[in-house]
Amino acid sequence: MAKNNKKAEETVTPKGRLFEYAPAPESPAAAGDIATSYGHFIGGEFVDSSGSEALKTVNPATEQVLAEFAQGTDEDVDRAVAAARKAFTDWSALPGSERAKYLFRIARIIQERSRELAVLESIDNGKPIRETRDVDLPLVAAHFFYYAGWADKLDYAGYGANPKPLGVAGQVIPWNFPLLMLAWKIAPALATGNTVVLKPAETTPLTALRFAEICRQAGLPKGVVNIVTGDGRTGAALTAHPDVNKVAFTGSTPVGRAIAKQIAGTRKKLSLELGGKAANIVFDDAPIDQAVEGIVNGIFFNQGHVCCAGSRLLVQESIQDELLDALKRRMATLRVGDPLDKNTDIGAINSAAQLARITELSLAGEAEGAERWSPACELPSAGYWFRPTLFTGVSQAHRIAREEIFGPVLSVLTFRTPTEAVEKANNTPFGLSAGIWTEKGSRILWMANQLKAGVVWANTFNKFDPTSPFGGYKESGYGREGGRHGLEAYLDV
Amino acid sequence: MSDIASRLDAPARIQVSKTYKLYVGGKFPRSESGRVYEVTDSKGQWLANAPLGTRKDARDAVVAARAAVKGWSGTTAYNRGQVLYRVAEMLQGRREQFAAEVATAEGISGKKAAALVDAAIDRWVWYAGWTDKVAQIAGGANPVAGPYFNLSTPEPSGVVGVVAPQSGYGFSFLGLVSAIAPVIATGNTVVVAAAADAPLPALSLGEVLATSDLPGGVVNVISGRTADIAPTLASHQDVNGLDLSGAIAAEGPGSATELEAAAADTLKRVIRPALDQAALDWTNAPGTERLLSFLETKTVWHPMGI
Repeated sequence: MAKNNKKAEETVTPKGRLFEYAPAPESPAAAGDIATSYGHFIGGEFVDSSGSEALKTVNPATEQVLAEFAQGTDEDVDRAVAAARKAFTDWSALPGSERAKYLFRIARIIQERSRELAVLESIDNGKPIRETRDVDLPLVAAHFFYYAGWADKLDYAGYGANPKPLGVAGQVIPWNFPLLMLAWKIAPALATGNTVVLKPAETTPLTALRFAEICRQAGLPKGVVNIVTGDGRTGAALTAHPDVNKVAFTGSTPVGRAIAKQIAGTRKKLSLELGGKAANIVFDDAPIDQAVEGIVNGIFFNQGHVCCAGSRLLVQESIQDELLDALKRRMATLRVGDPLDKNTDIGAINSAAQLARITELSLAGEAEGAERWSPACELPSAGYWFRPTLFTGVSQAHRIAREEIFGPVLSVLTFRTPTEAVEKANNTPFGLSAGIWTEKGSRILWMANQLKAGVVWANTFNKFDPTSPFGGYKESGYGREGGRHGLEAYLDV
Repeated sequence: MSDIASRLDAPARIQVSKTYKLYVGGKFPRSESGRVYEVTDSKGQWLANAPLGTRKDARDAVVAARAAVKGWSGTTAYNRGQVLYRVAEMLQGRREQFAAEVATAEGISGKKAAALVDAAIDRWVWYAGWTDKVAQIAGGANPVAGPYFNLSTPEPSGVVGVVAPQSGYGFSFLGLVSAIAPVIATGNTVVVAAAADAPLPALSLGEVLATSDLPGGVVNVISGRTADIAPTLASHQDVNGLDLSGAIAAEGPGSATELEAAAADTLKRVIRPALDQAALDWTNAPGTERLLSFLETKTVWHPMGI
């Protein structure tokens, strides 16, 4: 084994060598067979598109094409909605206890096949295997388990007796957590008796299509879950479809806004989980090492492709130097590279387009006068990569302090008083999440109360759980996913 | 004796009639337009002149409502409940005045109108009791799979624009109260576009609110054309929610579809109007839907450890 090892990677920090790591690669073969081309999953069958246009999904770490898949046409969407409509009658009439058992089955099969799904997700998305294995997949299974249990207990959910499902749900999800976002959408929809047509993102369709297989293994009635692939055109056709009763979208604020406009005047129920520009606020009494871990987790987790990422670091002026020194030391130890290496911290940027956006905004940061810093680290020659990046001297007017970058780029601002921290944190049209680091309990509660954000992490960051409602204030969207609150989006209440 | 005799001989006393005014920021301004419009009863008889509120009046009202958010949302739920109960107390004393206004506004008998005012008073009492309970039904602890304290709490969305009901049984006052009370019960502030053809109960409500310990700016009432005021609220960047209960125009400015589309620009939380507004009966039990419509769920995490 040692014979074939590449030279062990070395990490050099300002204080010298810290760690040496040998590669610990996961086998790409564990992802199972990837077909050369995919159609849609409609009415329980894998079917060809009515059109001939095909898109390609690539491994962002290698730029190699993984598979072709169909660009869903209006006709495809129509077929899928019809299949979901047909299935709705029986599915919604099924006793909740029976619907629950299907969802429990799905949860179990996801657990059984979690290694396969984790590897496939890593290959298609570019995120590190350590993350798909330890975060995404456990949460996916847990989400189905959680909502399975609700299916026969809806009378007790606080929405009155016998709350009714809405009908057919059209669901459009992003590429940053492909399978987890699928779980967040499908599990509550099915538990409440709706049927769904889901469109995965055009750069990450593979795990959703693999999930279709799991629905078949679970014996889920045909048409209850339909997967239609394609780009934004397919998504727009789905959300605009007149026979869709519910639209659920996770993605960018501009697209969410367009959907809200599109469905104005209809009776469609809408839930939106959109962009963010979260402040991660560090007070002078915070435990520095823990705060640094939280900052790193907040912005570099999943390459910063996280709507709730802590992309604005607000640090109390008196500890700025100390904190930034510690942060830079920590950033220098981050390992960027092969997503299938179990030691990798930061994987590949999901697409060339996203890399271009991160690059453009970072250049804007420099042009507007902020100071850019990244640790020295080698990047693979092929694939889409971006070094973990820190901007200091950022003002609130800078684009990098206002716009969602959706990449591993942290903007550092400072404050003197808690009131100033609150003002700066809330000075954004977004309101998805926020972080607070301080040892003083009363200050945590006061800050949490003042911050306009749907999720507030105090002395932690980027924690998720199926029982915990997630969603934003203001232009970060409306409706909640997760917990009892998450049922409301799929009930006629 | 002589006093009474002289009074009996005097000509009939001229009643002091009221100048109806807007209610903005706790004050009673005229419209900045300097204009009024005629309000008539259901038979076309002139009742009063109401201020012809403008887009500018609506924007001023949003500024007042925004300024009031911090104080009102920051007061205790117990205190908000007492203020709402105080509104009921004040209304009780002016029951006959409102009954007369409702009777002419909706073209119904004085007896029916009085019953609707009673129902409106009771609705304030119902929502007064909700202020310190809504967090317990809409929030709670979440049993996350890890060593974390995790608590969800409902918070007000902020400034809410209310296009007041313009049809349905009891719309002019009970419907109005049913739209306003749940929104402010949870700590939001509101700007109301009063029912264009029947604004008098809404304008008079301002007088009651001003004497009920409700801080200025928490409720603001603008009368005028719905097609002027509602689109201003729908497109305003500093409005967080929009209740379209009274959007009756079928199309064009002020129609529910256009208002909802305008509201999408800033992703406002929207209550759509009922499909058949004329068939509404505002005496029906309100439930919790409106109470929960302009709330944001905030979830706070903290690690547990020693």
